[in-house]
Amino acid sequence: MNNLFLIAYLDLKESIRAKWFLVYSLVFGGMIALFFIAGVTESQVMGFSGLSRLLLMYIQVTIVILPIFILITTVRSISGDRDNHILEYMLSFPISLKQYYWGKIIGRFITVYLPVVFAMVVAVVYGFMKGASIPWDIFFLYTGLLFALSSAFLGIAFFVSSFVKSSEVALGIAFFIWIALLAFIDIALISLMMQQRMDEQLIIFIAMANPMEIFRVAAISLFDPELTVMGPVAFYILDLMSQSAFVLLSIAYPVLLGLVFAFFGFKIFKKKDLV
Amino acid sequence: MIKTTNLTKKFGAHVSLDSVNIEFNKNESIALMGANGAGKTTLIRSILGYYHPTSGGVSINGLDPIKERVKVLENISFVPQLPPPIKLSIAELMQYISVSAHVDTELITHYANEMKLDIKANLNKSFFKLSGGMKQKLLIAISLAKKSNIIIYDEPTANLDPKARDDFYRLLKQNEDEKVLLFVTHRLEEVKDLVNRQVYMDLGKIVSDERVGS
Ligand SMILES: Nc1ncnc2c1ncn2[C@@H]1O[C@H](COP(=O)(O)OP(=O)(O)OP(=O)(O)O)[C@@H](O)[C@H]1O
Ligand SMILES: [Mg+2]
Repeated sequence: MNNLFLIAYLDLKESIRAKWFLVYSLVFGGMIALFFIAGVTESQVMGFSGLSRLLLMYIQVTIVILPIFILITTVRSISGDRDNHILEYMLSFPISLKQYYWGKIIGRFITVYLPVVFAMVVAVVYGFMKGASIPWDIFFLYTGLLFALSSAFLGIAFFVSSFVKSSEVALGIAFFIWIALLAFIDIALISLMMQQRMDEQLIIFIAMANPMEIFRVAAISLFDPELTVMGPVAFYILDLMSQSAFVLLSIAYPVLLGLVFAFFGFKIFKKKDLV
Repeated sequence: MIKTTNLTKKFGAHVSLDSVNIEFNKNESIALMGANGAGKTTLIRSILGYYHPTSGGVSINGLDPIKERVKVLENISFVPQLPPPIKLSIAELMQYISVSAHVDTELITHYANEMKLDIKANLNKSFFKLSGGMKQKLLIAISLAKKSNIIIYDEPTANLDPKARDDFYRLLKQNEDEKVLLFVTHRLEEVKDLVNRQVYMDLGKIVSDERVGS
């Protein structure tokens, strides 16, 4: 076995045994179960119904809670192992830092990505057995969006993990990043917009650079190809590119963002003392 | 085999290693001694390539332990001062070591038996759930099974009962030929029969270095 996959495999095994993983899986699995119990698939709101509506609700909740889950569980991975001298021993074996770092990322990625997709698959299968039709386009879009969302925040988390000194600081930073992307940036931009101090297009550009914002828009884009939920902003976006180009961008950009952060995290990891 | 040149390591304003020049060669068994905080662990971690020196450098068989980490570590066995709280099970830890360092797991089991540690009964136990002494026995067994020509121990006997210490020294005696054995210890009398060189450190400097008959 290659060292990279060895590390990914062992990290995966270790995570699956951890308590946070149990909670994590229960939250996403439980959410789907709750939607079925509450009869979401039978109701008809805003013109769409059945599994499409269930998946939309699922992704909207997931966009909010998946990032904080990923940040909190991952932001301590490297810094924690450094703190309690695990790195000192594990890295005394002939493994390159590259294999160690990227192996950890791959293992962690599988750990966080599989349960959220699996919950969605269960929903689709169960819904299908109950007679609903399967909205394949939405299913595939969301599989892609969740992939992108997981990559972006995993990259950010490993970046933070590579330089923080203590676990408490890491948690604080994680929480700050989450709340900033979730709300602060929007609030700041809205107030700027109202004061008309800044060019509107620039504001939109900044808003869309936020991975959480681009997900929100992309998640709704199949239901609402004209992006009317976004009000006038949609005009600028669809002026710039087609709707399918926008969907591709909403997946490609966060993946790239995650890779860039992970890469800088690796540079720092290599440059700093290991223990 | 190991050579440091003007090796200096500072943490902030604190100088942990102060321009250390020392060489360790084949067939040497060295007791590295000195008060708490003298810089012994810092020296060892620099040899393993964990610290980026503030100035000066380390070379192991001519290689830089940071730039050529994989090549250098293929030849080093190491047991740290504190057994880390690794969450992997014993079986997984052994898998990690056998794949990454090509160590024969049968051999680990063999040395563990010599140290009176029953691995088979604990295979699925998490490493950090073993007792302090059991952890050290396993790490020692691994270090012996990994056939390296540099063996570094940072006070490995702290948690061992007297019987286990004897086993350990007996196994080391059988394994020290043609090697560098670097041994951090506070109890010279225990390793006296084993070592042929005694190095004392204080305040980040080598203050005495003598060869002793053995
Ligand atoms: N990561 C670090 N950050 C800051 N200071 C450090 C760090 N590592 C070691 N030091 C300092 O360097 C000095 C030497 O520490 P070191 O661990 O090398 O001592 P030692 O000789 O191994 O002591 P002991 O016998 O207690 O194990 C100490 O004063 C310690 O506080
Ligand atoms: Mg020490």
